[in-house]
Amino acid sequence: MVDPNAQSSAVQNLKQRTARKGASKGGVVMTTQINESELEAQFAATIGAKDRIEPRDWMPEKYRKTVVRQVAQHAHSEIIGMQPEGNWISRAPSLRRKAILLAKVQDEAGHGLYLYSAAETLGASRDELTEKLIAGKQKYSSIFNYPTLAYTDVGTIGWLVDGAAIVNQVPLCRTSFGPYGRAMIRVCKEESFHQRQGYELLMTMMRGTDEQRASVQESVNRFWWPALMMFGPPDDDSPNTEQSMEWGIKTHTNDELRQKFVDMSVPQAEALGVTFPDEGLKWNEERGHYDFSTPDWDEFWSVVKGNGPCNDQRVAHRKRAWDEGAWVRDAALAFAENSAVDSAPTDSPETPTADTADTTAEEAAK
Amino acid sequence: MSAETTPGTGAGSAETRTPSVRGEWPLYEVFVRGKRGLNHVHVGSLHAPDDQMALRHARDVYTRRNEGVSLWVVRSSSITASSPDEKDPMFAPAGDKVYRHPTFYDIPDDVPHM
Repeated sequence: MVDPNAQSSAVQNLKQRTARKGASKGGVVMTTQINESELEAQFAATIGAKDRIEPRDWMPEKYRKTVVRQVAQHAHSEIIGMQPEGNWISRAPSLRRKAILLAKVQDEAGHGLYLYSAAETLGASRDELTEKLIAGKQKYSSIFNYPTLAYTDVGTIGWLVDGAAIVNQVPLCRTSFGPYGRAMIRVCKEESFHQRQGYELLMTMMRGTDEQRASVQESVNRFWWPALMMFGPPDDDSPNTEQSMEWGIKTHTNDELRQKFVDMSVPQAEALGVTFPDEGLKWNEERGHYDFSTPDWDEFWSVVKGNGPCNDQRVAHRKRAWDEGAWVRDAALAFAENSAVDSAPTDSPETPTADTADTTAEEAAK
Repeated sequence: MSAETTPGTGAGSAETRTPSVRGEWPLYEVFVRGKRGLNHVHVGSLHAPDDQMALRHARDVYTRRNEGVSLWVVRSSSITASSPDEKDPMFAPAGDKVYRHPTFYDIPDDVPHM
């Protein structure tokens, strides 16, 4: 039972939202007319003060669209991201590894849900977003269009792919759109487990046989470049970056984050005893950073456009899960509707239904 | 999180947009009490067919790592929220009542325990 005080503390009391919406149609305008330029100035001031934009604030339509697109794409990535690793759950080499992998994949689902929830604050509906994903109208991170050919890849994904995700996501905790930033804070807390379990998995294999060590190196070779591409196209080929930075949606450019990731990863690779497949990778004393070669951007754009190794498979799988789960969603709703009808006659404060009777008795006993 | 924006959106949009026969599960807002002695705090939202399932989903989505000892779920459509547009008339009355704050009153420094 919910403490009745909750309603006053958790909920601010004003029905103006709906009233205001109706007002413009019904002609009863309660609020003072504020013109667009004033609203824009307010918005710009909030952004300028590095304050957060909250869902019900006025915002430029383009800002709303950009945030919805980015958050939806991020959510889709988490959901599609369950597939490459889910591929190995049934074949994990031990119960311990299986439990870890299950927990990790469950987290990815959770991250997707946090993010969908953030996108919904801007009026996007969950079903609509899913439909757009399976219709190919919204994207997800290209990294998940690469296959997991060996169990070793679970380790590499944890280390490099989740490692890159962390570099991307930590600055997003301070993104200008409030719900997105709050979702990112939750995600980042959990992401560290993902990276560490991956690195530990690889360390374990590096202490194993020559064959296992070779498997780790081979896996790292395959994932290094796609991991670098996770930060998106180079800055001079990323038309949205400038506007997104201006709006505080992004706080760092793609190239800045990519450099940061390279700098972090090199000593980790050394500690692990593997190399990255890039002859141009070397420390630059002058810059204080590692130099590295240019990723194959033709491959990147090709994968983005749908020609990666697993694009079709990933979307087809999501569509199948969505279609085959439809009866479950409908049945649960039907059950809820029927239960509501059954309990309707007794549904009054004086005569609690069977469900609440126990709780009430329990509270009375206290 | 959606209650912050558009209470009731979940239910409303379900009728107009979804391809499913029965539409989208309603949207719930989730509140978690981190530990005993603390308030429940809003953490996000989720979809569920009914209250009980909403609680179960909230357990799985928002408390996988001991994040809380108690959960509340409430239909987003049941929440009424103030709008930032009404910020001034709504909260301004508190603004000029400085005498409600202890610092409004000058007390000599040598008066103890005040």
